[in-house]
Amino acid sequence: MSEMVVEKLKKRFSASVLDSYSFRDENTVVIKKEDLVAICRYLKSDPELSFDFLSDLCGVDYMGREPRFEVVYHLFSINKHHRIRLKAMVGEGEKISSVVGLWSTADWHEREAFDMYGIIFEGHPNLTRILMPENWDGHPLRKDYPLKGR
Amino acid sequence: MTEFVTIMIVKMVVIFAAVMGTMTYITLAERKILGYMQIRPGPNRVGPWGLLQPIADGIKLFLKEDIIPDKASKAVFVIAPAMALIPAVMTIAVVPFGPTVTILGRPVDIYMADLNIGILYIFAVSSIGVYGIVLAGWASESKYSLLGGLRASAQMISYELSMGFAIVGVIMMSQSLSMVKIIEAQQGVWFIVPQLFGFIIYITAAMAELNRTPFDLPEGESELVAGYFTEYSSMKYAMFMLAEYINIITVSGIVTTLYLGGWSGPVLPPLLWFVIKLLAVVFFMIWVRATVPRLRYDQLMTLGWKVLLPASIVNILLTPIIMKIFGYL
Amino acid sequence: MAETKNMILNMGPQHPSTHGVLRLILELDGETVVKLTPEIGYLHRGVEKLGENLTYHQFIPLTDREDYIASLSNNLAYCMTVEKLLGMEVPPRAMVARVLLTELQRIASHLIWLGTFGLDIGAMSLFFYCMRERETILDMFEACAGARLTINYFRIGGIAKDLPEGFEKRVRDFIDILPEKMKNDYERIFQDNKIVRIRTEGVGIISKEDAVDLGLSGPLLRACGVPWDIRKSNPYCGYETYEFDIPTGKTGDVFDRYLVRMEEMRQSLKIVQQALDRLPGGAFLADDPKICLPPKQKVMTEMESLIHHFKIVSEGFDPPVGEVYHSIETPRGELGFYIVSDGSNKPYRLRFRPPSFVNLESLAKMAEGKLIGDLIAIIGALDPVMGEVDR
Repeated sequence: MSEMVVEKLKKRFSASVLDSYSFRDENTVVIKKEDLVAICRYLKSDPELSFDFLSDLCGVDYMGREPRFEVVYHLFSINKHHRIRLKAMVGEGEKISSVVGLWSTADWHEREAFDMYGIIFEGHPNLTRILMPENWDGHPLRKDYPLKGR
Repeated sequence: MTEFVTIMIVKMVVIFAAVMGTMTYITLAERKILGYMQIRPGPNRVGPWGLLQPIADGIKLFLKEDIIPDKASKAVFVIAPAMALIPAVMTIAVVPFGPTVTILGRPVDIYMADLNIGILYIFAVSSIGVYGIVLAGWASESKYSLLGGLRASAQMISYELSMGFAIVGVIMMSQSLSMVKIIEAQQGVWFIVPQLFGFIIYITAAMAELNRTPFDLPEGESELVAGYFTEYSSMKYAMFMLAEYINIITVSGIVTTLYLGGWSGPVLPPLLWFVIKLLAVVFFMIWVRATVPRLRYDQLMTLGWKVLLPASIVNILLTPIIMKIFGYL
Repeated sequence: MAETKNMILNMGPQHPSTHGVLRLILELDGETVVKLTPEIGYLHRGVEKLGENLTYHQFIPLTDREDYIASLSNNLAYCMTVEKLLGMEVPPRAMVARVLLTELQRIASHLIWLGTFGLDIGAMSLFFYCMRERETILDMFEACAGARLTINYFRIGGIAKDLPEGFEKRVRDFIDILPEKMKNDYERIFQDNKIVRIRTEGVGIISKEDAVDLGLSGPLLRACGVPWDIRKSNPYCGYETYEFDIPTGKTGDVFDRYLVRMEEMRQSLKIVQQALDRLPGGAFLADDPKICLPPKQKVMTEMESLIHHFKIVSEGFDPPVGEVYHSIETPRGELGFYIVSDGSNKPYRLRFRPPSFVNLESLAKMAEGKLIGDLIAIIGALDPVMGEVDR
């Protein structure tokens, strides 16, 4: 089912799809972060895909790798019942465009990713800490942030 | 003269003590009845069946630290509870608990005074109570208190009107403002029958005046924490509670007097009849509290101004026809 | 004329009806909410960070403490995600028992929702009636797992121990009572009440499009008329073999949310009934000694089992490298786990997609321009559990 999505994406955005793989029937597409919004808009508006629901958005820290962070988008289509996972890589201090314009739900998710990893989402209306106190130092989910004893 | 003064002082002490006693046990009754309605036992740890609970509550409230918020207007903050309590106590004076009886060869009325403007007195005095609440809300310098105070003032003023209009029907039928005369006018048929419409309006408005559910917005726990007495503690808090429950007794007494024939009734002594009827009204209020949820602020206002007020005026217009039908004219 | 200023009211984190430690900064014009800013994070415990430092088995009890009103659903979501990562099969008895228990959990959760929602709008008695029925369910959980709130009953590969004796009878008794209680005690005192109607109808309306855009899920989304239920759209645990309907609302107001949840309880009962009827015998835990703990009896008598037990407890197991996302329908909506495995015995990244967190996001949209009384009803109908909002 979602292989079709990957095929369509590859065809349409051949230059921006860096990689794609499937594990346990789940398809992951790694994309260039510059084309994120364009790809997302296409995924949302294409009637055959119609990814109208952003299930989840989160960051992952691959410390010691360049670029360091990954932003993971889990998209779902309420009509078609298929899922796809998008990944975009972001280096430390780099920016990635916000998808709040496409799915309002991304608002808090992006704030959380910023809070936990320090990933900066460009174009976000109010990119402040959400779970940690406003004056907190550091980003707790980074791998170099100690578990205790801070 | 000495005899009159003595009798009055004795009566004052007895009635005050009786009302306070009833009041404390109404708090227990409320908790017990609510408990049984909500499949739980209610207070049952202090004394048998929790009978000493009100006393324990009282002692606890006495011994609590009395906190006055730093930013509060101290004088007003202190006066406000008294301003709520005093009118509540004052209205008891004209509630006729029983007729004249002979004690030690002297005729004694089982009420403090039979004013010829009894009802007007009650209305005049009980409206002062709202000052206590509004000032409490304002003086606490807390936003929840302020909102609670505002809600209370708006609500009480709105509902006082329809309450006043509702009893005009009773006054027309009894041709008197005196509480005792009104009871005497109901020897044949209780006014609840010809004035059913007025009764419903009155009891609804009265429950709003008392801030009872479904009109407990000024202290609506889930919205305003505790409303106007959020910042109060210890005895000042207790005074608000006292005022609230004394008001419940007074209002139940007025309902009994105006619509339920007061002390009149067969077999049992009149005083007992009055108490039974009064407690029945109190039970009704507790029952309502266990059943219905709270209205929203704008719905409360709509009900007061757009439903109850016109309805009470219509009731006045209907009363002459009712009087004709029941043969009063 | 004097200049008027809007009042800033700080509601919570200690407030009777913010369902825990939710803090709302309200800008009020009189009683009207002009602007609403939720402040969350008061219950943040860093569960995702903890998850990266615990073995796969050790994390299960922590899931209980996320959505503590429906802890079995959390257990299920997590265990299923790990099973997916391992590519593991669960024995049929465990599968049916999981469905049975999570549906009971859904009923318990909706009951507590109904009770607290009643409290929020001032109907006190309903709360106690709901608690009475919830108590019966909690007693069943206690018989199964020994715990009532943080049940921690599901394991990777099945369930912790077999269903207790007499469990079926308890459930059947409960199936007999509940519909009657719902009809006589809840609907008559609540749904048929005029004041409840005017407090809930037309309040907190949100359109279908906005609801999807804001990522609402679960009963909230269905109340807007979107018939999406993960149990139907992407079935797990064999839900495709059960017969049940997805209730939907029309307008998406608070009253519709109430109706949807009430109907969901009835549908859950139907599922529970079917699950009971088909409950097969056999193993309740997969026979995979590298992953599932062996029974205590064997640990005491067999060398092999003792070694496996020691290995699992001390260092866990190593799943293949990869990443999975699995989501289930909890009483509150889509609960997803995203696990990235680097092949070690601890998740490299463990992401928790809490339905309450996402649902709470739409509060401002629903409540701005409404009265305080409405706001309380809307928060109540959202049913946020701060444990999973803040994690």
